[in-house]
Amino acid sequence: MTETNTPIVDYTIRLADDSLTLGHRLSEWCSNGPFLEEDIALINVSLDYVGRARMLYAYAAETENQGRSEDDICYLRDTREYRNLLINELPKGDFAFTIVRQFFVDTFNLLFYTELLNSKDSTLAAIAGKSIKETKYHLRRSKDWMVRLGDGTEESHNRCQAAIDELWDYVTEMFDMDELETGLAAQGVAVDRTALREQWQQIVKEVTDEATLTLPDHDIAIRGGRTGIHTEHLGYLLAELQYVQRAYPGNTW
Amino acid sequence: MPNSEANLEQLEVDFQARIDAEERIEPKDWMPEKYRKTVLRQMSQHAHSEVIGMQPEGNWITRAPSLHRKIVLLAKVQDEAGHGLYLYSAAETLGATREELVQLMHEGKAKYSSIFNYPTLTWADIGAIGWLVDGAAIVNQVALQRTSYGPYSRSMIRICKEESFHQRQGYEIMLKLANGSPEQKAMAQDALNRFWEPSLMMFGPTDADSPNSAQSMKWKIKRKSNDELRQAFVDQTIKQIEVLGLEMPSKDIKWNEERGHYDFGELNWDEFFAVIKGNGPCNRQRLAHHKKAHDEGAWVREAARAYEAKKKARAEKAA
Amino acid sequence: MSNMPLFEVFVRSKRGLDHTHCGSLHAENAEQALEYARDVYTRRSEGVSIWVVKASDVTASQESDRDSFYDPMDDKPYRHATHYVLPDEVNNM
Repeated sequence: MTETNTPIVDYTIRLADDSLTLGHRLSEWCSNGPFLEEDIALINVSLDYVGRARMLYAYAAETENQGRSEDDICYLRDTREYRNLLINELPKGDFAFTIVRQFFVDTFNLLFYTELLNSKDSTLAAIAGKSIKETKYHLRRSKDWMVRLGDGTEESHNRCQAAIDELWDYVTEMFDMDELETGLAAQGVAVDRTALREQWQQIVKEVTDEATLTLPDHDIAIRGGRTGIHTEHLGYLLAELQYVQRAYPGNTW
Repeated sequence: MPNSEANLEQLEVDFQARIDAEERIEPKDWMPEKYRKTVLRQMSQHAHSEVIGMQPEGNWITRAPSLHRKIVLLAKVQDEAGHGLYLYSAAETLGATREELVQLMHEGKAKYSSIFNYPTLTWADIGAIGWLVDGAAIVNQVALQRTSYGPYSRSMIRICKEESFHQRQGYEIMLKLANGSPEQKAMAQDALNRFWEPSLMMFGPTDADSPNSAQSMKWKIKRKSNDELRQAFVDQTIKQIEVLGLEMPSKDIKWNEERGHYDFGELNWDEFFAVIKGNGPCNRQRLAHHKKAHDEGAWVREAARAYEAKKKARAEKAA
Repeated sequence: MSNMPLFEVFVRSKRGLDHTHCGSLHAENAEQALEYARDVYTRRSEGVSIWVVKASDVTASQESDRDSFYDPMDDKPYRHATHYVLPDEVNNM
């Protein structure tokens, strides 16, 4: 599964896979939210993520110009070819897990897309512009919920803390750079992820402090998404996502 | 003034006069207890239907066959949640709480539309639901925009406005399938066959078997009879089946020159009443799903409440 | 959610128009109500501004006050332009 595309296509697909897998997980909340208002709000966030994935896949399809459509890229690659960060593919868990993951990723996305806005690639910069607006709202929600759950009841506090402890090991991968991204960053196209870590940590710390929650002090890092080494959860996500396309190949829907 | 019998009678006369004059009844108005109960029951059933209706379609959100379809379906199911919320809000103007209404549904004392107790087995079912189920719902809801209870009428207007895309997206799915591969076409035909009768039953029993209808019509809670609405739906749908190039779902469908309407044969009402009683293929699954989400959300709702209380206490202490 | 307070929602659909009541929802506090109102009542860009008001903070006139509140207004036709008959040439006044 070596990468055969131009770096910019591969980079775009990475970002698309990140948005898609998380958007898919969020969509699993539909009809499962803790109350109706929150159900609707979660779906709005999911719609933003899936919509962003779609824009990115479309851009990748157009740029590679090999006759693949956005859906071909999304629906016809298997686990080893998916390039999303592991944190995005983990099962939705309970509401605390979903909120903590959103908070970690929303905070990251705000920093990331703010940088991507300066990309020399004008399409990526435009997508970043749209994403920042969405992310500001997502973060406002996930931040509020962090404090509410962390400083709510004993049960909500414990659930939230457990989610932090579980997700923490997947945080570092968000800040990893490899040859592909370092090269693109040098050209002013990609974002230097390592440079975002400190600020991320600071924002997260402030909020978790207010929420009376504790951040783990170890830095175990589970990684692999960018090279197609995923958790086993992704296979099932893709099996569901791609079922119709795989069962009835070659049809349009 | 005590509600003497004569006074009560006068109130009822005035109430009916207001309805006859096409004035809306608003929450704080005097209304006969039975009117209040009937409207509340209808709004709560309607709200539950929207919310339970999220499940059969939600069943395909993670399996929608393209990104476009996935986004559209998500937005559509989210609309159902929104519509449920509008209707619960309308019901709350009569003093019931959402929690109580949901409780009644969980206990099996409040119903929701029987159509949602049928399973969605293939992607074509999502097309059939949008086209037929939403289509039938729209016929019903357009009539309800003029229902006599103000908050109900206003939510219907809002809902109708939003639902116009639901039926169209469903039909578009069917069009794609009907013009696709033989497998896709067969899938579309199968979905049409399975959802046809249940959709017609959404309008409720025949007028002859609908004991509460006369009073509801008089109070203009209902604006058209079950049979009238059903016929209107059949008449508009036959043409749409023809355009799809699918076979008619029943041999009994034929144009009746004399009536100026399509005949569609006798429906299997035994099945309808069995499903209403809770014995459809998915009744148990739907209720269990809703209860589970509600129960699993309890700690979240408690946490939000606890945090709010703490915040208030801190603010008071600081003041 | 009956445990959470009820909020009434008002949306200004575009600049230059009044905020109009469009429904209600439940939330823990006004800020959360505002966010949910955005998600629930402006999914199709129906608004440019939202107000939320705790339903229990609304004071409403009572139906029983109708006679004394509104009927006395019915016999004051002089407040309406049509009360004044002017010659056709100047009647667009």
